[in-house]
Amino acid sequence: MTGLRAFLKEAGVPRLIIAAFVIVLFGVAVATKMNLPSLVTDSIVRVARNGILVLALLPAIQGGVGLNFGLPLGILCGLIGCVLTLNWGVGGAAGLALASGIGAALAIPVGAGYGWLLNRTRGQEMMVGTYLGFAAVSGMSIFWLLAPFHNPTLVWAIAGKGLRTTLSLTGSFDKVLDRWMAFEVAGVTIPTGALLVFFGLCALVAWFFKTQMGITIAAARSNPRFARAAGISDQRTRIQATVFSTLLGAIGIVVYSQSFGFVQLYTAPLLMAFPAIACILIGGATVTRATVTHVVVGTFLFQSILTVALPVTSQVIQGDISETARLIIQNGMILYALTRVGSGK
Amino acid sequence: MSATSPTSDPGGPLAAGRPVLELRGVTKEYEGNRVLKGVSLAVRAGEIHALVGENGAGKSTLMNILFGMPVIHETGGYGGDVLLNGAPVRFTQPVQAMAAGIGMVHQEFMLLPGFRVAENIKLNREPAHPSFLSPLFGRRLDSLDRKTMRGDARRALDRVGLDIDEWLPVAGLPVGHMQFIEIAREVDKTGLRLLIFDEPTAVLTESEAEKLLESMKAFSAAGVAVLFITHRLDEVKAVADRITVLRDGEVVGSAEPLDPRTTPVTRIAELMVGRPSAVVAEKRARVANADVALSVSGLRVEMPGEPVAEATFQVRRGEILGIGGLAGQGKLGIANGIMGLYPASGSVALEGVSFSLNDPRGALERGLAFVSEDRRGVGLLVEESVELNIALSALEAQGRFLKPFPIPALRSSDGGAIRAHAASMISRLDIRTTGPRQQVKRLSGGNQQKVCVARAMTLAPRLLFVSEPTRGIDVGAKERVLEILSGLNRDQGVTLVVTSSELAELRAICDRILIVYRGRIVADLAPGASDAEFGMAMAGETAHS
Amino acid sequence: MSFARGRRLIGRYSVPLLFVVLCVFGIVVAEITPAFLLGEMLIRIGRNSLLVLSLLIPILAGLGLNFGIVIGAMAGQIAAIFAVHWGFSGIGGFGVAMLLATPIAILFGWATGTLFNKAKGREMVSGLIAGFFANGLYQLLFLFAIGTLIPFHNPEMVLPQGFGLRNTVDLSPIQYAVDDLVKWQVPMEGTMLRVPIASYVLVGAFCALTLFFFRTRLGQQFRAMGQDPHVAAIAGIPVERNRLLATILSTLLAAWGQLLFLQNIGTVNTYNSHEQVGMFAIAALLVSGATVTKATVGQALLGTILFHTLFVVSPLAGKALAGDAQIGEFFRVFVAYAVISVALVLHAWQSAKREREAV
Repeated sequence: MTGLRAFLKEAGVPRLIIAAFVIVLFGVAVATKMNLPSLVTDSIVRVARNGILVLALLPAIQGGVGLNFGLPLGILCGLIGCVLTLNWGVGGAAGLALASGIGAALAIPVGAGYGWLLNRTRGQEMMVGTYLGFAAVSGMSIFWLLAPFHNPTLVWAIAGKGLRTTLSLTGSFDKVLDRWMAFEVAGVTIPTGALLVFFGLCALVAWFFKTQMGITIAAARSNPRFARAAGISDQRTRIQATVFSTLLGAIGIVVYSQSFGFVQLYTAPLLMAFPAIACILIGGATVTRATVTHVVVGTFLFQSILTVALPVTSQVIQGDISETARLIIQNGMILYALTRVGSGK
Repeated sequence: MSATSPTSDPGGPLAAGRPVLELRGVTKEYEGNRVLKGVSLAVRAGEIHALVGENGAGKSTLMNILFGMPVIHETGGYGGDVLLNGAPVRFTQPVQAMAAGIGMVHQEFMLLPGFRVAENIKLNREPAHPSFLSPLFGRRLDSLDRKTMRGDARRALDRVGLDIDEWLPVAGLPVGHMQFIEIAREVDKTGLRLLIFDEPTAVLTESEAEKLLESMKAFSAAGVAVLFITHRLDEVKAVADRITVLRDGEVVGSAEPLDPRTTPVTRIAELMVGRPSAVVAEKRARVANADVALSVSGLRVEMPGEPVAEATFQVRRGEILGIGGLAGQGKLGIANGIMGLYPASGSVALEGVSFSLNDPRGALERGLAFVSEDRRGVGLLVEESVELNIALSALEAQGRFLKPFPIPALRSSDGGAIRAHAASMISRLDIRTTGPRQQVKRLSGGNQQKVCVARAMTLAPRLLFVSEPTRGIDVGAKERVLEILSGLNRDQGVTLVVTSSELAELRAICDRILIVYRGRIVADLAPGASDAEFGMAMAGETAHS
Repeated sequence: MSFARGRRLIGRYSVPLLFVVLCVFGIVVAEITPAFLLGEMLIRIGRNSLLVLSLLIPILAGLGLNFGIVIGAMAGQIAAIFAVHWGFSGIGGFGVAMLLATPIAILFGWATGTLFNKAKGREMVSGLIAGFFANGLYQLLFLFAIGTLIPFHNPEMVLPQGFGLRNTVDLSPIQYAVDDLVKWQVPMEGTMLRVPIASYVLVGAFCALTLFFFRTRLGQQFRAMGQDPHVAAIAGIPVERNRLLATILSTLLAAWGQLLFLQNIGTVNTYNSHEQVGMFAIAALLVSGATVTKATVGQALLGTILFHTLFVVSPLAGKALAGDAQIGEFFRVFVAYAVISVALVLHAWQSAKREREAV
């Protein structure tokens, strides 16, 4: 089989369809003389915004825990960091660092507990993660409602207590990264800071899996019995992988929020794992193997579709087809990955 | 509680010449690996025919073919002919085999714990009456006739002599009962011509095993042909009419099956483990006066299938010690126990310093290394590259191939060093591969084994355990692997402990050979000892048993 | 009853008992009148039971919790919308809807079952995601195909732009078609409680049918598969084909169940009604103590009663306790998620333990 044919066969039909779809969308955009620079800018911004959340899935896959549907747990840690930072009125880069720091600090014990549970529920990690995430988000909603915050910018005006659904970041750390060292080229504004952080973390993760700890984690996933014979405890490595994943999830939501301009509480994190999972799968990852390249490629492909679909198709079709398209593409990709041959659940 | 004769449909008079079952030149390949190389045998009605052989000899594969198990069909089918009462058959599903009158009592019980005894006995053959839905949707919606189910089950249970309530749930019943329920299920089938027993006494007590052998005799008395797979030679002696010995996918011994009444057990044991040695054994200077490298005392290992009851022995520095014995007697458990792969107790000392068991990392750090008998399961990361496989153990246990860094856990791996080392190993051991980065799963069995040896060598161990070094490897590669191992010992003075079911290869390279029987070491023989001595030791007929 | 036995009973029924405690607490705190509660429960049990019942067959056949019943609900909705659009009404309209839903549900069930056979061991996640995916296709159908690819002249149902179905479709022509087939009202504390007898008869019929099914040869095959598919296959049971059949049956019951639900509500939220169906039905079943591998008809009914009691009580209790009904709403959703999480964890914990011990 020649190189190209082998590559296409490995890629699989859904990915090829999606790649073709992206090309078609951009092609139509060019053909109908749309504002290409703004489309490209939006795409890049969304890649930088979502990238770290997608990256968070990599350690979990490489650690043998599968697709981390429990990403909302890490996200909630990051959200707590954001809320506290806003409550204490810390803004700018310091606020960003503080939110990330708090989120990361919370993510470690949460990730360890989650990892411990996943060890006990081997074989059903995806289902357990999904519903644990749902229950946690749901439980947190009650907490947000009852939380003892009194900062007028955060709580409902009339009742005087209970956090609002979305908290604005203007005046705090809104777009701190996006604007840092941002520059324009050919009409496209590049959110340099955010991209640097994203690529930086990607490089960190890639480096980590070349270190002894990372190699150990991957070896334990590859063959747990081999690992045991070499004196590696795959219980430990799985927990390490889960902690890393949860940590990146916490940082990811902080970066996401600063790019978006708002902190979204209550039920917003409920479904956040799914687009991220679709991204990494579209990029070429499977339930048992992922690389940084998969993260970057997949995020770019999927987020481009989401950004570009609405403006392009709204010229032709009345109504917002982008949400429907997202549902179909995102979940279709995950379904495809679930039906691939591979052990485990 | 006596077993009365089960119903059967004698396919032909007992004395008729035509056998019930005939195999002619049956072959089977799994991914290029020839597991059965032309097996022929015949079983007559009413005969108890024992099929003996080591693990990996091909017994299970043969049974899977006879019973139409899907795994055979899914991996390319089989060659040769199977004839039932003279008519050729080719089963691709167990249902077909069952319909043709073949029954099987499996090694792992095919019972549903949540169902009652009667429901298990009548599984998918339940008596039923048409219901109001049947006209619309067919026989599948007939409603179950519980009364008849229980009655049939009761009769079957009585025939095998099991006196329990047929409406009890199977879960929680003692293992011995479960075995008899399996048999009751076969008894209940009408038209039974051939009944296969696959290692039926493995989990039974002495008295239960006796009862089982009695029920086997009852089947044969009723004219059913019985094929009895085992590696327990005393049982063979007790019930078998004829014996076929299987080794490495072939029938060994005489072309005609053996008569247990005239063949000594030791001869059978010999046949199972190896050709009487015509191999030129390398004359080696005995290292009788060297220091003790490894001293093992009272070793007990809980390895399923290969348990060690009590092993006490010493390994002298620089020697090649062999450990042999029949399957299931415990020889594989010794190395696995010492290297911490299975729970073990006892005391072990390396060069006078005792170390604790159940610690794989500790064993590696002390200079022990292990090439496991389970290449793909324990020995390799099949999805990873050759170079990673070779380097990994040393990387983990000794910190090799890692660049310095203040935090030990975050030391980065040195890709260049890994690749260079892999390249040198590839040339030294002549590993046939497209390069250090090729995925190990693409290599042939022999080359995969060389990768395992390379990984062990990378650890620069003082003492190396190797189990089943040439299992599943073609002849040419076998020689090479044995040469590599001898070379390690000769040129680098590595002490070797080789565990193998191939007596010939042990006799070819070892200085002395321990024989394990029922989890204990029963003999310490020189390679040149007579075949009879080896045979007796392996069959358990020594002064110790 | 010995102490040990009593403790074991409490252990097995701990979840339903906890629920009863919560409900009683909530009822007392919110000062809910028996008449109100009974009235609500009569309606809710009548309209929700069939959906919960549809989960039984896949559980016993070894497919776990069928998160894909959402897809069956969609089939029911499509049928309801079209039946009303074509002008049918009353019990006849309901019958037409059931007939129409049948082939659609069978097709959907066949697709879902094929998916399950391709994703063995991952049926539950696959069902969950398949539900989302199907939702996307459903939206494609109703947002963009109605009025364009599928001619649909109905200004009340269609959006002003000429295509796409409105968010809410009025189903009043078939509302109470089954509920009021036999009108029966019971006076209590000054109000008249509606007792939808015909609906209960329908639910009862399906309960009986399910019980009968498990006494047939096919039902026995399903139960065997649910315990050990390998042993079942060796015995000659066509496992793959039966799994497909189990999924189809479940989807069909879910479609009819959704129809029963819709005929009581009287309107359909085109894009939302079916979304929570799966989650609520599964939570309801699990509340009774049923597990991922074992459930009975009695548990289905008990769970429906308990779950929907809490559903009604929670917002009212929240309002009484904290002055905010919102807390109660969050609480009941949280409880649903928590119950499912616990059941999944227990199931996975036990099967992981069994695997380790088998080695």
